[in-house]
Amino acid sequence: MSAHLMSLHRCCQRSARLLVAGRPWSSSSVSSPPLHTRLLLFLTQRFYDVEMLLRWRSQQGQRRVQKKNAYYSYTQHFHGADIAAAFYVLSLKGGFRYVGQSDWFHTDKRGQFNWNFLNHKDTPLEEVDMSCSLISYSGLENLVGQQSLRTLSLQGCPEVDDWFLARLHVFQDSLEELDISHCPRITTGGLAALRNLKGLRRLDMSSLPGLSNPGLVIILLEEMLPQCQIIASGYDLSLSQEGIEERNEQHEQGHESDKSEKQAIY
Amino acid sequence: MLTWRRLHVKASAVHGLLTSRLVTEQHTWVHGHLPLCQSLSTGTPVRNDFFKDLEAQFAAARQKAADAMPGSSWSPIEINPNLPPERADIVIVGGGVVGWSIAYWLKQKERVRGALKVVVLEKDPTYAQASTVLSAGGIRQQFSLPENIHLSLASADFMRNINDYLGVLDEEPIDLQFNHSGYLFLASEDVAHIMEENYSTQRDAGAKVSLLSPTQLKEKFPWINTDGVVLASYGLENEGWFDPWTLLNAFRRKAMSMGVVQCCGEVTDFKYSVNRAMTTEGKSLDIRRIKSVKVQMPNSLEYQPVECAIVVNAAGAFSSKLAQILRVGSGAKNTFEGISLPVEPRKRFVYVFHCPDGPGLDTPFLVDYSGVYFRREGLGGNYITGASPEEEKEPDPGNLEVDHEFFMEKIWPNLAHRIPAFEKLKVTSAWAGFYDYNTFDQNGIIGLHPLIPNMYFATGFSGHGLQHSPAVGRAVAELILDGNFQTLDLSRFDFRRLLNQEPMLERNIV
Repeated sequence: MSAHLMSLHRCCQRSARLLVAGRPWSSSSVSSPPLHTRLLLFLTQRFYDVEMLLRWRSQQGQRRVQKKNAYYSYTQHFHGADIAAAFYVLSLKGGFRYVGQSDWFHTDKRGQFNWNFLNHKDTPLEEVDMSCSLISYSGLENLVGQQSLRTLSLQGCPEVDDWFLARLHVFQDSLEELDISHCPRITTGGLAALRNLKGLRRLDMSSLPGLSNPGLVIILLEEMLPQCQIIASGYDLSLSQEGIEERNEQHEQGHESDKSEKQAIY
Repeated sequence: MLTWRRLHVKASAVHGLLTSRLVTEQHTWVHGHLPLCQSLSTGTPVRNDFFKDLEAQFAAARQKAADAMPGSSWSPIEINPNLPPERADIVIVGGGVVGWSIAYWLKQKERVRGALKVVVLEKDPTYAQASTVLSAGGIRQQFSLPENIHLSLASADFMRNINDYLGVLDEEPIDLQFNHSGYLFLASEDVAHIMEENYSTQRDAGAKVSLLSPTQLKEKFPWINTDGVVLASYGLENEGWFDPWTLLNAFRRKAMSMGVVQCCGEVTDFKYSVNRAMTTEGKSLDIRRIKSVKVQMPNSLEYQPVECAIVVNAAGAFSSKLAQILRVGSGAKNTFEGISLPVEPRKRFVYVFHCPDGPGLDTPFLVDYSGVYFRREGLGGNYITGASPEEEKEPDPGNLEVDHEFFMEKIWPNLAHRIPAFEKLKVTSAWAGFYDYNTFDQNGIIGLHPLIPNMYFATGFSGHGLQHSPAVGRAVAELILDGNFQTLDLSRFDFRRLLNQEPMLERNIV
C-alpha cells in the first residue's frame, strides 16, 4: 500500500511543481505534509478501521525494531559475549573490526556476511560501524561487554535517542571516537550525558535536526569535553538574522535555491 | 485538490508581492469612494441577508423540534454540560500526575474496551497550586529503600518508552525534554557510611550509580569546593530532570483518548453506609463504604452526586482533608479508628537564579549534605535551587507566597560555599509549591484504609510523586483490578505500618 501511495505522492509532487513554476516544495517553513499523509489523516479521522490498521502498522514497526534488537542470550551462551556482539552487529547490517586485526567484517547489501568471524573466539571488538542501522537502546545491551571498544559510528540511526547516549557510559574507559551525525532523535538533553565519556577524542555531531541552538550547544560541549575534537557541520551558525530572512524572501519569490543552501538552512 | 492548491499559492504570491501597495490603496478607497460603496450595497445584499436569516431561523426551529422529540436528551431545564456523570465505576479524586497515571493504567489494563467508566476530578483545571507542575522535575535512583529504587527504575523505563505507552496516533510525539544529567549527592563524614550502604542497596537493585572520592569529584567537576565532602555518589544513567507539564499532559491526553472522563469540581462530601463489625476482642468497628461522591462545581452552588464503586484518593497535599470527611482518624489512638492519614501540605520554595560564570552543560542535579540542591535550567546560565527548611521553621502552608529571606539566610551561604562561582548571582524568579508531606515516614501511602473498603490511597509521596507516578499508577491499577501487586511489590507502603507504628524511613544523607 505504501509503495502505491509513494508513487502517487511523487506524481502529485511533479504535477504540482509544474503548476507552481519553480516554487521550491519543501523548503518553506510552514509547508503542509505530503498528500498521502494528509489523505491518511483524513481517512483515520473518518473511519475507525483505517485508524486501527495504521495503529497496527506502527505496532508492527515497533515490534520489528524490538525483535532486531533482542538480547542474543542463546548465542552468548554457546559462543561467548564477543561472538554474540559480533553476530548482533552483522545481523543489523553493520560492520566491525576485532582487536589486533586489520580487516573489517561487513554485511553486504543483501544482508549476507562472512561467517569466518566465528573463528575469532574471545576476541573483543575494537571498532563498530552501525551507521544507518536500527540499533536501539535495548540492542545496546549486546555490546555492553565490549570493554575495549574504541570507535563507534552511529551515523543516521533512526532509533538512537538521548537514552541511548546516556547508556554509553558503559564504554567510558575505552571509547575514543563517536559518530552520532544525522541521528534524528538526539537533542541537547542527551548530549549532556556524554560527560561520562572521559576518553573521548573525536565526536562527530553534524546535522542533528533535533538540536535547538546548535551554536551554543557546540560551545558548551567543547567546554565540557576539552580534549575532544568536535566536528559539527551542517548547521547555520551565522549570527545575523538578515541572511536567513534574505533566503526566505528568495523562496517566496519562487527562486529555485540550490541544494547546498537548503541544507544550510534547516 | 490541485486547483485549490494552485489558488492558494497564487493568493500567497500575490499577497507577498502587493502587500505594501494594497495598504496605501485601502486608505484612499475608504475616504474617497465612500458614497460609491454605499450605493453598491443597497440592492441585493439586504435581500440576501433577509433570506439567510430566515433560513437560519428555520434551521434552529427544526433543531429544537428534533431535540424535543421523545428519546432525545433535551430537557426544558438547562443542564450544565460540565457536570460529572451521575454514575461511574471508579472516581479518581485529584487530577495531578498520579491521578492521571492511575486513570491511564486502569484503562490500559481493562480487558474489554469501555469496560470501566473512570472519572478524574480536579478542582483547579489551571493547575495553579498543583504540586506536579510546581516541582523541580527531577528523577533519581539514589534512594535507600529498595521499593523506591525499583519505582524509579520502572518510571525511567516508562519515560524511555513514553511514546509506545502514551503516544496517540496522528498526534505529535511526546518530547519530555529529558535532561540526562545525573544526581550528585555529597556526604560529610557523619553520613558517609549511610551513603555507602545506600550505594550497595542501589547497585543490588540495578541502579547505575558510582561512588566518587573528593579527588575524583574535583577532577570530574572542577567547579566544586570539596571542603567537608568525604564521599559523593553520582548517578550515571536514568537520572536527570524533565518537564512535568509535558508528562501530565501526555498522561491526560492518552487517558482521555482511551475514554476517561475529566471533570472539574471539588469533592465536598461522601455518602456512605456504615456497617458495624465486631473484632475478636469484642470491640465494635464502624466500616464505612462509600456510595457516592458529592462534586461541587467551581464558582457555583451547583453540585452533582456521582455514584461509584471505588474512589481513589490521589489528592496529594489535600488528601487528608478528603479522608477527614470519612472520619478517618477520629477514634482513639492505637485503634483502627485512630489511624489518621498523616499527610499534610508543606510549602517548599524554588528559586531561579542567573549566574553567567556557573557550571556548564555537565552540571548534575547536585544535592549537598546541608540540604541545598540546585540544577541547571536551560543553557543560558540559569539555575534552579531550593532546600527543605527545618522541622520547626516550616513556612505557613496557607498560601504560596515566597519567602526571599530563606534564600538569603539558608540557601545562598551553603550554595556559595559549595560552588564558589555562585558568590556572584542574581535571583531572577521564585515560586512556591506544595509537598504532600507524610509526617509519619516521608514515603508514599498506597493501598486501602482498613475501615473504608472502597477507597484506595495513593498519596503522601513527600516530593517524589512526580518521578514515581508512572510506576505508582500501574501499581494502584493492579491493586484495584487484580487485587494485589503484580509487577512491583509495594505492600510495605500500605496502612499496616501506620497501625503498627513501624515507619519506613528513607536513610537520607540530607
